[in-house]
Amino acid sequence: MATGHFIEGIAGGRLSSEQYADNFSDLHPPLDHHEALVESDRCYFCYDAPCMNACPTSIDIPLFIRQIATGNPLGSAKTIFDQNILGGMCARVCPTETLCEEVCVREVAEGKPVQIGRLQRYATDVAMSEEKQFYKRAEATGKSIAVVGAGPAGLAAAHRLARHGHEVTILEARPKAGGLNEYGIAAYKSVDDFAQAEVDYVTAIGGIDIQNGKALGRDFQLADLMRNYDAVFLGLGLGGVNALRADGEDTDGVANAVEFISELRQASDLSSLPVGRRVVVIGGGMTAIDAAVQSKLLGAEEVTVCYRRGQEHMNASGFEQDLAAANGVTIRHWLQPKRVLAENGKVSAIELEYTAMNGDKLAGTGERLTLVADQVFKAIGQSFVPAHLNGSGEQIDLEGGRIRVDAEGRTSLAKVWAGGDCIFGGDDLTVSAVAQGRDAAESIHRALTSNGRA
Amino acid sequence: MADIRNNFVGIKSPNPFWLASAPPTDKAYNVIRAFKAGWGGVVWKTLGEEGPPVVNVNGPRYGAIWGADRRLLGLNNIELITDRDLQVNLREIKQVKKDWPDRAIVVSLMVPCVEDAWKAILPVVEDTEADGIELNFGCPHGMSERGMGAAVGQVPEYIEMVVRWCKQNTRMPVITKLTPNITDVRKPARAAHAGGTDAVSLINTINSITGVDLDSFAPQPTIDGKGSHGGYCGPAVKPIAMNMVAEIARDPETHGLPISGIGGITTWRDAAEFMALGAGNVQVCTAAMTYGFKIVQEMIAGLENWMDEKGHASLSDIIGRATPNVTDWQYLNLNYVAKAHIDQDACIKCGRCHIACEDTSHQAITSMVDGARHFEVIEAECVGCNLCVNVCPVEGCITMEPLAAGAMDERTGKPVSPIYANWTTHPNNPMAKVAAE
Repeated sequence: MATGHFIEGIAGGRLSSEQYADNFSDLHPPLDHHEALVESDRCYFCYDAPCMNACPTSIDIPLFIRQIATGNPLGSAKTIFDQNILGGMCARVCPTETLCEEVCVREVAEGKPVQIGRLQRYATDVAMSEEKQFYKRAEATGKSIAVVGAGPAGLAAAHRLARHGHEVTILEARPKAGGLNEYGIAAYKSVDDFAQAEVDYVTAIGGIDIQNGKALGRDFQLADLMRNYDAVFLGLGLGGVNALRADGEDTDGVANAVEFISELRQASDLSSLPVGRRVVVIGGGMTAIDAAVQSKLLGAEEVTVCYRRGQEHMNASGFEQDLAAANGVTIRHWLQPKRVLAENGKVSAIELEYTAMNGDKLAGTGERLTLVADQVFKAIGQSFVPAHLNGSGEQIDLEGGRIRVDAEGRTSLAKVWAGGDCIFGGDDLTVSAVAQGRDAAESIHRALTSNGRA
Repeated sequence: MADIRNNFVGIKSPNPFWLASAPPTDKAYNVIRAFKAGWGGVVWKTLGEEGPPVVNVNGPRYGAIWGADRRLLGLNNIELITDRDLQVNLREIKQVKKDWPDRAIVVSLMVPCVEDAWKAILPVVEDTEADGIELNFGCPHGMSERGMGAAVGQVPEYIEMVVRWCKQNTRMPVITKLTPNITDVRKPARAAHAGGTDAVSLINTINSITGVDLDSFAPQPTIDGKGSHGGYCGPAVKPIAMNMVAEIARDPETHGLPISGIGGITTWRDAAEFMALGAGNVQVCTAAMTYGFKIVQEMIAGLENWMDEKGHASLSDIIGRATPNVTDWQYLNLNYVAKAHIDQDACIKCGRCHIACEDTSHQAITSMVDGARHFEVIEAECVGCNLCVNVCPVEGCITMEPLAAGAMDERTGKPVSPIYANWTTHPNNPMAKVAAE
């Protein structure tokens, strides 16, 4: 038994290596063949299926499940990939409980939906393990397209463009492709380096050149891309993290949840990853939950999520909240951070203020609460950083602080499309980013060819 | 408490659930287990004539089809009659009957179609003090190629002849087991009746191929790359069997002839349905082969419970009660009008009723009302076909509601007539019987 559990302050090695391995194993283990058959039998093959309509990528779910049930997992995978080439990752990270599975008629009938996400994983795992490629590239069009960002939107766009015969160059600021799939997902949702396996699977179609370490505004400008390529797709994601607006925010021990999650995903030895004994996470979304649960799994003794509104307002799904509770995370509501307290230059506690709705406005009540903490994570949302984008050349129109696009993903600039978290009006879901990347690619293809023909 | 004791052609058993002649009744070991589990009787697996026993294949004997969750729906069998020595079987039958006097033991027989063969076997079976014999005129595979089993059952004259031989040469009650592999089951039943049979039992198994191995392109079950049709049984054959039981029960020539109902009986409800159609008792095989002998306990308790709830005191209160309601299509009331009704509280909005009706029937169920997913019957289009009821996954969600006499049928624009009128008098029928002028 590791005694590391009770080390004060931010420290690694809180658990035994077995505990680390166990804590960060697959959250939803894959269905085996028998389980997949039993589960697929439960699907009613609904007409105009609610699950399909709830899927941002409109995967034909009844069809792919029927293909599993009839012993055609490869056909099933193709049904999925036809709509969503990142169907493997979406099967792992989609909040299915608020999408397809929420509206499954068996959820309505029995409170127990068909496990669509796990079935999708089953089928896509079969295809990927067999390295089965379903798509051949169309004849080369001679057109070249720059995709900025190798996240879900960029990869989906690149794959669709490559299928249509275009040459795609992906410029990615970080050392690895995958975007949030690689850097932003809780480790237990994507084990065995799946994000990179998926990048390899997607790019195996050919015609996609990923250049890592190339950041917009630093290594190249949007104007360069517009000059050198026939079209540009921006899948930039969100570069900024919202500030706490609490005193002492810069104290040693206060960190961004997204960076913590990213470091955890990249860590080769989890015991080397330090975590506080008493952790407070500020926020109410998926990132807050991911950071809180993983803090707990790394051995933090006490983890508290503080959210400034009520439970019903949390962006984290009910499933995620239950997951946090099951892992011993305490979620507290109606609390906003006021001040980070320090001892010897390090976080010692956080002072919060209770809140209440004053009419339709949230306001502090004046009552304060102090929670002892040696680590505080900020997870109160991310923001788009337009500076890199508009550093040179023409200005791109923004809306609500993000890139404004039309229904096809066209920006205000003629040769530029955008999708994923960087556009206005999205819902910050992987699956939505895939849909936007895919649809923008179709729009680009139409624009670059005559009636869709090169 | 309902009395479910059974008296079938004088053969008494504590309940009407017998195990059919089949693998589960091939030897004392199995039969004793069955009796311990509560079965009312068994028909001992078919004995052949004295001499070297038949041999079975040494590869797969069974094939199957499955429903959701791999629930076995239909089983196919290429096993032959008993492959054990005749004397061993006779000794065991005698001993088991001695040890279980309150249970019915009927012995299934199949010997060549010559009188001497039957004359030879009947006394040795009689000596076991078994309660009766069942003539296996149904086995559809293997034995039929040798002029026995279904080869006899498909020729009414042979049936009558063999039944007569048996009736002349034994005091034991004779039950004639019929094959469904014929076009009109009334013909062999009438022949058995003419020969003096005490009862018929049906159905034996149906010629079938349950599957094809798509790698070897061989039918299943596959024996060294080849397959042969086998006998199909299990829940999938129940509707076919029930119709045949009803046909014999309502045939004026065989009406009243005792019937032992066989074919896919799995639950008490199945048994009750067979008996309502005219079966005096039932025989079970596939359900036991799927779940083991314990299922009889559900059957006994279920049948008693239902009879108690409905106030049926004994089996005679239910046997044949549905027979008079089985009629020819031409006598169905064409003035009866029913419309489907969807219980919106029970509806889970899967849309299967809609797509079934829309694609394949009468376009009588909505999918969208005022922009919302909503499934509702359009009475002006509904012909009352019941397809939506059958495809709905929620039991009781869609029901067929009859229109009262005088109510408006929105499809025809006419009020529902209170008068019973069938095809025989319908104006569109060129053969209509015109009332005497």
